[in-house]
Amino acid sequence: MADYAVEMRDVSKVFGDVVAVDHVSMGIRQKEFFAMLGPSGCGKTTSLRMIAGFERPTSGEIYIDGKAMGNTPPFQRNVNTVFQSYALFPHMTVEQNVGFGLEMKGLSRSEIVRRVGEALELVRLPQMAKRYPRQMSGGQQQRVALARALVNRPDVLLLDEPLGALDAKLRKEMQIELKTLQREVGITFIFVTHDQEEALTMSDRIAVFSKGKVLQIGTPLEIYERPTTRFVADFIGETNFLEGRVQEVNGEFASVIADGGRRFVGRAMDGVRPGVQAVVSVRPEKVQLVEQPDNSPNCYEVRVHSIAYVGSDTRVIVSLGTNHLDVWEQNTVSTLDPNYFFKPGETAWLTFKPENALVLAQ
Amino acid sequence: MTSDSTIILLGERGEIKPKPRGETRRFGVGRFALVTIALFTFAFLYVPIVVLIVFSFNSARTGATWQSFTLQWYDRVFSNTRILEAAANSLIVATLSTLGAVVIGTLMAMAMERYRFRGQSAWDGLLYLPVIVPEIVMGISLLIFFAAVNISRGLLTLIISHIAFCMPFVYLTMRARLADFDRSVEEAAQDLGANEWVTFRRVTLPLLMPGIISSALLAFTLSLDDFVISFFVTGVGSQTLPVYIWGQIRRGITPEINAISALMLVLSIVLVIATQLIQHRQRT
Repeated sequence: MADYAVEMRDVSKVFGDVVAVDHVSMGIRQKEFFAMLGPSGCGKTTSLRMIAGFERPTSGEIYIDGKAMGNTPPFQRNVNTVFQSYALFPHMTVEQNVGFGLEMKGLSRSEIVRRVGEALELVRLPQMAKRYPRQMSGGQQQRVALARALVNRPDVLLLDEPLGALDAKLRKEMQIELKTLQREVGITFIFVTHDQEEALTMSDRIAVFSKGKVLQIGTPLEIYERPTTRFVADFIGETNFLEGRVQEVNGEFASVIADGGRRFVGRAMDGVRPGVQAVVSVRPEKVQLVEQPDNSPNCYEVRVHSIAYVGSDTRVIVSLGTNHLDVWEQNTVSTLDPNYFFKPGETAWLTFKPENALVLAQ
Repeated sequence: MTSDSTIILLGERGEIKPKPRGETRRFGVGRFALVTIALFTFAFLYVPIVVLIVFSFNSARTGATWQSFTLQWYDRVFSNTRILEAAANSLIVATLSTLGAVVIGTLMAMAMERYRFRGQSAWDGLLYLPVIVPEIVMGISLLIFFAAVNISRGLLTLIISHIAFCMPFVYLTMRARLADFDRSVEEAAQDLGANEWVTFRRVTLPLLMPGIISSALLAFTLSLDDFVISFFVTGVGSQTLPVYIWGQIRRGITPEINAISALMLVLSIVLVIATQLIQHRQRT
């Protein structure tokens, strides 16, 4: 077995004069739950379609289980797809839909019946075998689509925004179900989504796409805590940006002079050298508001602009010069005292630790 | 008159829906005029046809007077070998030209829907232009064409001509159907191991079938009813029913003609209703 279930080597795809995928290289490990994440039009779906064989790369090569795919048509690749629209065959029953792939492999009638039964058990729809897709809810159709793909025991399962059409509650349920299912069947899952929370919750690793390029590949932890670019920091979760110029780099840390002459210190990421334009990125939950200045180098007096109490935390917007910053204060004290919280118009001291901020080269 | 009180109905899931206020029925002058014009319109459309059908059951040989009910004209139609021969020709031509028009029209529609090329909209226009070409022009041009390439007139020329004028209708119908066709089901079939041919046979064709059947019924009806074009391209011994009827009429309208016409009308209506039903069923 090859190291990678799927590998893309310098793959590009051009439609007319639009570069959909721009020199993408990445390896997806065996039995990994891998997410391709990005806004619409970033190339993630085109990449998935090239792995499935629906599109041919303009240049570069795709390897599935170590074998170069070249012009191998979709029906000769041992991968199966769960389509965004499910793409169930409307003129076939659930049973016939799920059995289609096995029938194509030329399995015996009894073997097909047995495996279709198992697959429907797996997605918890055994009593629906005789129904037609139009007689089912969106969530049920989604499971049929999953069963139809998984029943073939592919090397890799490709999922194209499979939860996009479901309502929020059902989506949460299916996220957990999919993750459990992936562990049970032990198949590599490649999952395309634009929902960063979904990607963080479900994946072993995430590739963040933007404008046809892969900006970063890493575990959810790495992607959230150590984004290497401004785009990734912005796209994944919420963050505050403070723009400025790098003053000095001292080991792991760099200081940035932001507008208003304020100096901030954070972890120096790739490409940070004295004199370059940079941005300090700090997550709202990693910033505190205090009444007295502390000894952090990132401590400045701010004015409270607005506050919103959201239960688990209190979301405060403060102004620091011309910047507005989001601060999420954890509600660690149970209180009904309204004076416990800062009020709009009051001044406070904003502080965050250098190790909680990132200095990203622009 | 409806009152302003709102009638409360229980909806499917038990939620309460206010009933929309019904339209007020007013038997005023406007309504009287509306009904009169509507009735007049229907009379204008259907009285001649009803008269034809009624007189096909009239025992009087000539004239517009009713004598008594009879089925003898129908009996004569079915024992007249020349009529039966013409009817057989019509059915052969309609069946084969429908087959030809459906195959060519459907494949053309698929090609035009799925590929993009330079000048495509011009080719697209050329494909359905025959729909608006006057029949007499098409008839004459086909006649000249067959004479030029030296094909003697007969069933073959009829079939070729009928394919030519039915095909654009099939093409138009299938283009409309294909525009709503979700191609991801074809990708799904290929993803599951079906090659192009199996995908076409097991997925594409069954899903297009309602459209194919309704365009086939349309083509069949058009072919069966066609007179003008058939008149130009028909040969000795290959007369279709409408051409035969026209030949007979020159010697005066007989009740037999009424009976054949009534039969053709019934067949056409059946085909049109079948088309409508199939289209309706696909939409729901």
